[in-house]
Amino acid sequence: MNSGDTAWILVSTALVMLMTPALAFFYGGMVRRKNLLSTIMMSFAILCMISVLWVIYGYTMAFGPDVKGLIGNFSWFGLMGVGQNPSTVYAVTVPHLAFMAFQATFAIITVALWTGAVVERIKFGALLAFAALWFTLVYCPIAHWVWGGGGWLAQMGALDFAGGTVVHVNAGISALALAMVLGPRKGFREGETMEPNNIPYVVLGAALLWFGWFGFNAGSALTAGGLASSAFITTNTAAASAGFTWMVLGWIHRRPSVVGAATGAVVGLVAITPAAGFVQPWAAIPIGAIGSIISYYVMVWRAKANKVDESLDVFACHGMGGTWGALATGIFATTAVNPAGSGLIDGNWKQVFIQILAIAATMVFSFGVSWLLAKALKATMGLRVKEEEEAVGLDISQHGENAYGGIS
Amino acid sequence: MKKIEAIIRPEKLDAVKDALSAKGMLGMTVTHVSGRGRQKGIALQWRAGEYRVDFLPKIKIELVLSDEECQPAVETICRAAKTGREGDGMIFVLPVENAYRVRTSDSGDVCVTVK
Repeated sequence: MNSGDTAWILVSTALVMLMTPALAFFYGGMVRRKNLLSTIMMSFAILCMISVLWVIYGYTMAFGPDVKGLIGNFSWFGLMGVGQNPSTVYAVTVPHLAFMAFQATFAIITVALWTGAVVERIKFGALLAFAALWFTLVYCPIAHWVWGGGGWLAQMGALDFAGGTVVHVNAGISALALAMVLGPRKGFREGETMEPNNIPYVVLGAALLWFGWFGFNAGSALTAGGLASSAFITTNTAAASAGFTWMVLGWIHRRPSVVGAATGAVVGLVAITPAAGFVQPWAAIPIGAIGSIISYYVMVWRAKANKVDESLDVFACHGMGGTWGALATGIFATTAVNPAGSGLIDGNWKQVFIQILAIAATMVFSFGVSWLLAKALKATMGLRVKEEEEAVGLDISQHGENAYGGIS
Repeated sequence: MKKIEAIIRPEKLDAVKDALSAKGMLGMTVTHVSGRGRQKGIALQWRAGEYRVDFLPKIKIELVLSDEECQPAVETICRAAKTGREGDGMIFVLPVENAYRVRTSDSGDVCVTVK
C-alpha cells in the first residue's frame, strides 16, 4: 500500500464527483429559464441514485470476477470482500475501497452526460427509470469489457486510459437513441427560439468540468507519479487547444462565442480522455484541435438537418469527441509515455483497427440497448410530460419550484 | 394631464434621464422590457452557428406631466434617445384622469408639475 497513491486517488475521486454538479450547470445554463432547475436536477438526482446503486450491485457487475469476458459476477455484491486492503487485480497500491469509490464517480457522470439530449420534455420519473436501467444494462457491461479484469475488449488490447469509449462514445450514442425515441421539444421543428437562460452558468460548468477532469484523467493513472503528471498536462493542453480552436471557428463564421469556447474546451477534454496517459504532451494539441473541428461541423450539420432534437448536442460533443479520441489514442500512443500502449507513431498500425473495433462494439451495443430500453419505457410508463406541462416548463410541472422566484 | 410612455434603447437611458432632469422633470418610472419594431429580431451567436431572437431588450420610461409640459418632454426624449438607426424606439402619449401623491394625498396637476 502506498500512502501517496491513496491520497491522490481519494482527491481525484472528489474531483470527479464535482464534475456531475458542474455538468448540471453546464447544461442548466443552456436551456430556457423555465427548465433550469429540472436540467440541474437530472444530474443531481443521478449523483444520488447511482452512488447507491454502485455500492449495492454496480461495482461487482463492472469490476467483479469475470464471467466470459462480458460481465462481473455478483461475488462483491454490496461490497462484500471489498475492503481497506488493496485489490489483487486493480490499483494494487491503494485500498480496494478507494478504487471502488473512484470508479463510482465515473459511472455517475456517464449516466448524467446523456441527460443533455432529453432536457425540457422528459418526465422526471421516466428519466430516473431509464437511468437505473441504462446504468445496469449498458454502463456496467461496457465498463467491464474495457476495464474489468478479463473484459473482452481489454483482452483484445483496446486502449482507453480514462473512458473514451466507456464514458463518452457510450453516453453520446445513447443520447442519440434516446432523443430519437423521445421526439423533439414542442416548437423545435418550427424553428422556435430556444434561448439559453444563463451563459455564465455554462462557463462556470465548463470551468469546473475542466478542473474535475484532472482527477478523471490524471487520477486514472491510479498512482501519484510520472504517469499522472503526464496525463495531467495532456489534459490541460488538449482542453486549451480545443477551446481556442472552437473560438476561432466561431470567429470565422461570425463572432468568437463564449458558449463556443466553453464547449470547445469540454470537447478537448473528451477527446484527450482515452489518450491522456498514452500520448506525449505535444500530441494533445492536434488531438484537441481536431476534436473541436469534428464536433463543430457535426453540430452545424445537426442544426441544419433539424431532424433529431438531440438538444444539447451530447452526440456531437461526447460521441464524436470520444470517437476521435479513441482513434487518436491508436495513432499517437507511444511506449515512451506508457509501456502499456503503442500506436501508429510507434509503427503499431494494428492498434488503430483494435480501437475502431472497440468504438464500433460500444456504439452498436449501446445504441441498440438504449433504443430498446427507451421504446419499452415509452410503451409502459411513457417518456414525455403532458403538452401543457412542457409549455409551462419542467421546473414547475415536475418539481414545483422556480429558479428565480419572487418579484422583489 | 398626460402620460408619456417612451420605449428607448437601454444604452440611452442615462442620456434621456439627464436631459429630462436638466428641464426639471425628475419623476419617472423605468422598466426593462422586450420588444420589436419593424426591424424584427436579431441573430445571436450559439455554439455552432446562430439563433434568432425575436424580441430585443428595451427600456420603457413612464412619466406623467401636465398638458403644457408634455410636448417639450417628448421633444427632449426624442433628441436624447436618437441615434438615427433602426431600433431607436417609440413614444406614446396617453390622457390621464388624475394623479394622487400618497404621502400628502394631494391630487391634480400639483402632483406632476415641474419644479
